[in-house]
Amino acid sequence: MSAHAQSETGFAAVEGGAELRRRLRRSLRWQKARALFLIAPLLLFILVTFIAPIADMLFRSVENDLVAETLPDTVEALRAWDAGNDSSPGPEVFRALYFDLSLAVEQKKHTRVGSRLNYESPGIASLFRRSGRALRSFETAHFRDHFLAADPAWESVERLTALFSDAAVAAALPESARAFGIWAERNARRNRPPADYLYVMLADELLAGGGGSAPAGVSGDHAALISAVLPGLGDIREPDWKAAFIDSDDDWADPDLWQTIRIFSPPLTEGYFLNAVDLKKGIEGIESRPESERIYVVIFIRTLVMSLTITLACILLGYPVAYLLASLPISRANLLMILVLLPFWTSLLVRTSAWKVLLQQQGVINDILVAIGIIADESRLVMINNQFGTIVAMTHILLPFMILPMFAVMKTIPPSYVRAARSLGATSWTAFRRIYFPQTLPGIGAGSVLVFILAIGYYITPELVGGTKGTFISNRIAYHISTSLNWGLGAALGTILLAAVLLLYWIYDRIVGIDNVKLG
Amino acid sequence: MTHTKLVAATAVLALSCGAANAIDLTVVSWGGAYSKSQINAYHNPFMEMNPDVNIIHDESAYEAVAKLRAMNEANNVTWDLVDAVASDAIRLCDEGLAMEIDFDNMLAPAPDGTPATEDFGDLIVSDCFVPQIVYSTTFGYRTDVAEWGGREPTSVCDVFDLENFPGMRSLEKRPINNLEWALHCDGVALDDVYDVLSSDEGVARALAKLDTIKDDVIWWSAGADTPQLLADGEIVIGSTYNGRLFSLIEEKGAPVKMLWDAQAFDLDGWIVPVGLPEDRLAKTLELLRFATDTQRLADQAKYISYGPARMSSAPLVGQHAELGIEMAPHMPTDPENAKNTLIYDYRWWSDYRDDIDAKFQAWLAK
Repeated sequence: MSAHAQSETGFAAVEGGAELRRRLRRSLRWQKARALFLIAPLLLFILVTFIAPIADMLFRSVENDLVAETLPDTVEALRAWDAGNDSSPGPEVFRALYFDLSLAVEQKKHTRVGSRLNYESPGIASLFRRSGRALRSFETAHFRDHFLAADPAWESVERLTALFSDAAVAAALPESARAFGIWAERNARRNRPPADYLYVMLADELLAGGGGSAPAGVSGDHAALISAVLPGLGDIREPDWKAAFIDSDDDWADPDLWQTIRIFSPPLTEGYFLNAVDLKKGIEGIESRPESERIYVVIFIRTLVMSLTITLACILLGYPVAYLLASLPISRANLLMILVLLPFWTSLLVRTSAWKVLLQQQGVINDILVAIGIIADESRLVMINNQFGTIVAMTHILLPFMILPMFAVMKTIPPSYVRAARSLGATSWTAFRRIYFPQTLPGIGAGSVLVFILAIGYYITPELVGGTKGTFISNRIAYHISTSLNWGLGAALGTILLAAVLLLYWIYDRIVGIDNVKLG
Repeated sequence: MTHTKLVAATAVLALSCGAANAIDLTVVSWGGAYSKSQINAYHNPFMEMNPDVNIIHDESAYEAVAKLRAMNEANNVTWDLVDAVASDAIRLCDEGLAMEIDFDNMLAPAPDGTPATEDFGDLIVSDCFVPQIVYSTTFGYRTDVAEWGGREPTSVCDVFDLENFPGMRSLEKRPINNLEWALHCDGVALDDVYDVLSSDEGVARALAKLDTIKDDVIWWSAGADTPQLLADGEIVIGSTYNGRLFSLIEEKGAPVKMLWDAQAFDLDGWIVPVGLPEDRLAKTLELLRFATDTQRLADQAKYISYGPARMSSAPLVGQHAELGIEMAPHMPTDPENAKNTLIYDYRWWSDYRDDIDAKFQAWLAK
């Protein structure tokens, strides 16, 4: 810092120093820009194909705007509902639900909300699906009749389009204008008459504006059209929305259903994360899931324990091999190296299936054991579709990731160190323990980090040979991403897994030191 | 400079080639013998009639729902016609990812003029789903098990009978069908199964029944697992899709027989993704109409033992294209095979699937 300052004053002393300094700064900036320019493709590539999708996926673990977006008025009306006295909400909530649901059905979004809420409470998906159909049979035809009796032009899609494109009308009747826009986008070309719910909304909004005369600012034809329907508009009786909904399906009378809707109406939710650790959001706050549904904590622990076991097995098996590779003459080491790498070049699926053939009860190993009389034919060993099979297959698959860094480190250890120790009187065991082994630790560290992190996210091998007790958390993530479509829960499980890996990495750095890791 | 020109010229050339001639339609299906049957029965004849259409086969139907959702979010739907099982189709329809089908106008009537809605009848389980075949998940058993002393299983409940039929079994690693069979063998009539399963006690009862054989079960997740396990003698009885067992028994000649009792019917068919451009949509609907007419559905049965979804196709089912055997007795819908069947309740499972799956997985992990 001080040297820098000195050189700057030094430059300043020279005549035209300011100019020189500017030029230096420019050239430094240019260098930095060039360096950035060189890594820009990689940076961009990683940002677009790696960081952004992961960030997007992580965000899904808390995202929950579907409910409030699709049922805005209902959610608003529900706020005032007192859930304490164990009864369903009042008529105003059902009225809001009718408006929200009508538009949601038009946009085919009601079933999406249904599926979202079904994750929390089974049965809601089909309730929304059924109610979407039932809306058509609600008694709302008299609204349309009233409008058409006042002026048949109310059935003309062209006239309504013109009416709502009038800025004054759109400003006075924003809800109806929006609803008509949504309806027209999907139906205008199909030559259908306007849907009933449009008239119900219009009546509602006109009455809310006083109902005495056409809204201020609207003039001409449009004012006439609106004024024609106003007499008697207030006398139209709305159906009993609550009764209508409950008639169509008595699930609507269930306070628990409304609790679920209310709990999962905020735009962000911690529900997925709670679910991912076997908790749930109940009426009284966070509670534990019933024992018969607790699953994720067990699988997380199992994933960690099995990954550690696999890493340990890789160290035990890989160390002698790496040592042999490092100490053999080049020509023979190369041959051995090919043997290590050969399985590496074979498809993962092929290797996993090969283990199936070897380990199954009618498989090669059991056949041999029976043939040489070690075990009886009736008591063949169960070595696959359990944790043992998963550990064997994954250790085999991940072994090269352990051997290669170990080998690279061992290769750099001069044999003269061990020779020196021996010449000073150490036994071969002491020489290994005190001199050789400590120098190979960076290789073990690198291999372990590599194998452990690969193992913890493994998916296909546990799926194929894991049976019921050998599956990993990634199998559940895959299930939620591709089968149950509960992406939020999948994302939450993935986030926890990522956090766990980062945490372990941090602990490793604190204990061993990441500088100590060498890949060669 | 020359570089830029070259690139530009190539781009123009590529564009003009693409625009001038064929329309590419991407049809997604399951691969294997099933895709082959569709290519032979539908796609090849269609391409012969429409030289301007080129059908591209994609075999990722098993992840169709997730992929379609991602495509829809990215606003770039690259698939035109997708083969899906009914439960997936219902979800795609719920999510607004599949187009609603106007059955009577978009699909061909039966040869005698019966409209499509009547010809498909009860098999229309969703507004977006055109059924193609009826398949079933059912059991196959080895015929050479010494411990069975010449007995052969006759009922699905023999799967739960370890005394008379010892040996390893295989069941699918998901609750669907297994819970129904378990309850049925615990004394619940097939018609009442879903009522009982709707309560927590019902699920617990089904799992308790499965507990009795849990230690003797290998759980499969790919349709090819059970045939392989049966062929290796790794299991003595196991569930899988009836077409897989047909190929194991008739094409490979393994010592295995079908146990049709309480076979679980399911449907497979087509959905059209929403958001296709006009020209591709028009051709896709043409292909859909062609591929689901009476003759085409009957033709498919020449290649695979799945029952055509149209009633009018049944009498037209002939012989296997290569083996030359009559296909009708191998169809899950054949009256001889369908004496006792389980009708998979899509609606019920679409509601309870996530909930029960959590319980099932927790039970498996215990």
